[in-house]
Amino acid sequence: MDYKNILEKLPYSSPFLFVDELLKVNEKSAEGIYNFPVDSFFYKGHFKNNPVTPGVILTECMAQIGVVCLGIFLLQNEKNDLNDIKLALSSSEVEFYLPVYPGETVKVISEKLFYRFNKLKCEVRMYDKEEKLICRGKIAGMIKNESE
Amino acid sequence: MKEKDILDAIKKIVTPYTQRKEGLENFSKETDFIKDLEVNSANLVDVILDVEDKFDIEIDNDSMEGMLTVGDAKNIIERKLASA
Repeated sequence: MDYKNILEKLPYSSPFLFVDELLKVNEKSAEGIYNFPVDSFFYKGHFKNNPVTPGVILTECMAQIGVVCLGIFLLQNEKNDLNDIKLALSSSEVEFYLPVYPGETVKVISEKLFYRFNKLKCEVRMYDKEEKLICRGKIAGMIKNESE
Repeated sequence: MKEKDILDAIKKIVTPYTQRKEGLENFSKETDFIKDLEVNSANLVDVILDVEDKFDIEIDNDSMEGMLTVGDAKNIIERKLASA
């Protein structure tokens, strides 16, 4: 499977792309990594003189790897031509356990709960280098290929 | 299953996803999920999945697209139950 193909379809760019590499994507799950660069824009203000990755950014990273990349894979599976992917986050319920500091690399693992009528809902977890749980939760989004 | 029972079940299912609670007061077959209850499209999927579980039926894409009102949902449920 060519994961580059999925990464190229991601509708994000710097400074709001939070996927470096996909390790595994299949019908049921996705796995990927991201390194938070020390000079990321949010560290300047979160917090003052004490840079920590904001929870919303961790959630975004989990959504991009766990829901959007998996969603693109599933769309590709049912239709080969993806011209114009439309996305919307519909819900997130995330609990946080450990902080992520500038320069850290995280791994996101996502398992599909369901994918019906353009809605993809996943159970997503994020781990640090020592495989310790950073955060986990359920994230859902609507995803479709507009040319349909 | 009686029509009233089906409508009551739909009402119970849709209640937690309803933004406009006044819409529940005169809940009827004409009630529109999106216009009257302000259910968003993502939660409409949840409503359908809950309907599938409750009635032990499977709703396909075509049926889903025709499910605008409570009456539409009731008709689809009745049709699926009859063919089960």
